[in-house]
Amino acid sequence: MSYSPAELLAVIAARQLAGVKSVFAGVGIPLLAAALAQKTHAPDLTIVVEGGSIGPELLPGQLPISTNEMRVAHRARVLPGITDTFLFAQRGFLEVGFVGGAQVDRFGNLNSSVVGSYDKPQVRLPGSGGANDIISLCHRVMVVTTHERRRFVPRVDFVTSPGFLSGGTSRRDAGLLFGRVSQVVTNLGILGFDEESKAMRLEGLHPGVSVEEVLEMTGFDLLINDQLPITDPPEEKELALLRELDTERRFI
Amino acid sequence: MEPGDFVEARRRLEAKARPGGVKLTSLTEAAGWVKDGDVVAIGGCCYSRTPLALLMEILRQERRGLTLARNLMCYEGEWFIAAQAVETVVSSWFAIGLPWGLSKVFRQAVEGGQLKYEEWSHLALGLRFRAGAMGVPFLPSLSMLGSDLMDVGSAKTMECPFTGEKVALVPALFPDVAVLHVHRADRLGNCQIDGYPHMDVDIALASTTVIITAEEIVSEEQIRSQPDRTKIPGFAVDALVEVPYGAFPHECYGLYEADFDHFDKYVAEGSSQGAEGVREYLDRYVYNTPVHKDYLSLFGAGTLERKARDAQQLVGRG
Repeated sequence: MSYSPAELLAVIAARQLAGVKSVFAGVGIPLLAAALAQKTHAPDLTIVVEGGSIGPELLPGQLPISTNEMRVAHRARVLPGITDTFLFAQRGFLEVGFVGGAQVDRFGNLNSSVVGSYDKPQVRLPGSGGANDIISLCHRVMVVTTHERRRFVPRVDFVTSPGFLSGGTSRRDAGLLFGRVSQVVTNLGILGFDEESKAMRLEGLHPGVSVEEVLEMTGFDLLINDQLPITDPPEEKELALLRELDTERRFI
Repeated sequence: MEPGDFVEARRRLEAKARPGGVKLTSLTEAAGWVKDGDVVAIGGCCYSRTPLALLMEILRQERRGLTLARNLMCYEGEWFIAAQAVETVVSSWFAIGLPWGLSKVFRQAVEGGQLKYEEWSHLALGLRFRAGAMGVPFLPSLSMLGSDLMDVGSAKTMECPFTGEKVALVPALFPDVAVLHVHRADRLGNCQIDGYPHMDVDIALASTTVIITAEEIVSEEQIRSQPDRTKIPGFAVDALVEVPYGAFPHECYGLYEADFDHFDKYVAEGSSQGAEGVREYLDRYVYNTPVHKDYLSLFGAGTLERKARDAQQLVGRG
């Protein structure tokens, strides 16, 4: 069965939520992955969206494009203020968060602020939104992104959202006691981080993808696991559920 | 005012002769509270409950040198850039929405050095408004630590005096004027908001002056019959105007959905052409249509009704 790179990303991200009870998800692929997980591997999953929605149910064909619009409030259980929504995460209620960014580096730091310098940027990007908060406050965070060399850089131009900073214990030393980046899910494979150095490590490959291809699309030296399991391709049922939600194929 | 200056903020609030009693006025008079150089905080979030009618009136009054503070900035930010009314934006995010990509107007203004962008994390900016609402100089936060966002605003770190752990401190933001749109209010300014509260209550309480449009002015009796739904007390409000569809084409929870077709048109004809394109849009939609009803008629027959039906359906009342 054929599938798009975005569908693959959503399916793989959803599988990583197996058994998870709460997820902080932004619009687009993360929200689709969360909704898919709810229907498959994580029936008890509560979706939390930063605009202030807890437990919404997505309306097929009417997927939200901002985190704070009425479509994200559909059948929600709580509509708290935005500050209070993040404070649920700061208090420690929220397990998994999803984030993305224009750049990600070998320690999982993310940049969604500027290409170039902050004061004289070559490209001014929209900014953190809630990404910095999600990566700082959830129990663990999954980076979901397409795998491109210009995106996977040795060192981000600006740390909008802190991964493991400069590796080792530097994240904890900065005062970030609780969260961590657990995985980077891309259209090529699944990556994690070395326990000691906190450098990024290839841990699995999607069907038909070679290690060489991953290395070619990565702008820094990647650690490679001895074992590299091949991801099971998306099942018909998973793809059908996704396509039922995103009937217009807006995100997939 | 310096960030976190709670003493000065309190003095300003006490010194101000806040009008008692009835707060109802015109859009022109309400927007007249905004002066050149003010820090203006905008309620709602992205394209939800944006006080567009008031923002358009502020533009018509040709204010200059403003600082705009809003947690997620949508295309209203482009309007103020194109009109050369804003010098600094304080936000966590500035674009239009996922399908429309980066804001060309915002990019050009920041990259060209005409606009200062002070970036905070979403929670940090929320806590800045909350500290302001509480009348305290700062709040501690566990966000922003270790990131480069610590270096581009006025956040600081300190060792917690109780535990010895490192925490981030974000300074209170005390805007000069809060600009908000709510669902209903009585004539005294007691405001009710349905659905998402966003950051409006904190913004109102943190600001020296508060100007508000409401979809509907209702009786004091109606407010008294549901006081638990009243989010902003009348004593915090300076000026109030009844403006149905006052956030359109942005959405207002339960009343009307955003008009994304208009967003497409705005981007195609205005925003994607840069500041000049936005200025042409403003001529048509803002400067030449000072009466809100005339402005609404530009969206075509049936659009408002259709968007109202969509909203009813989404909140399960349709």
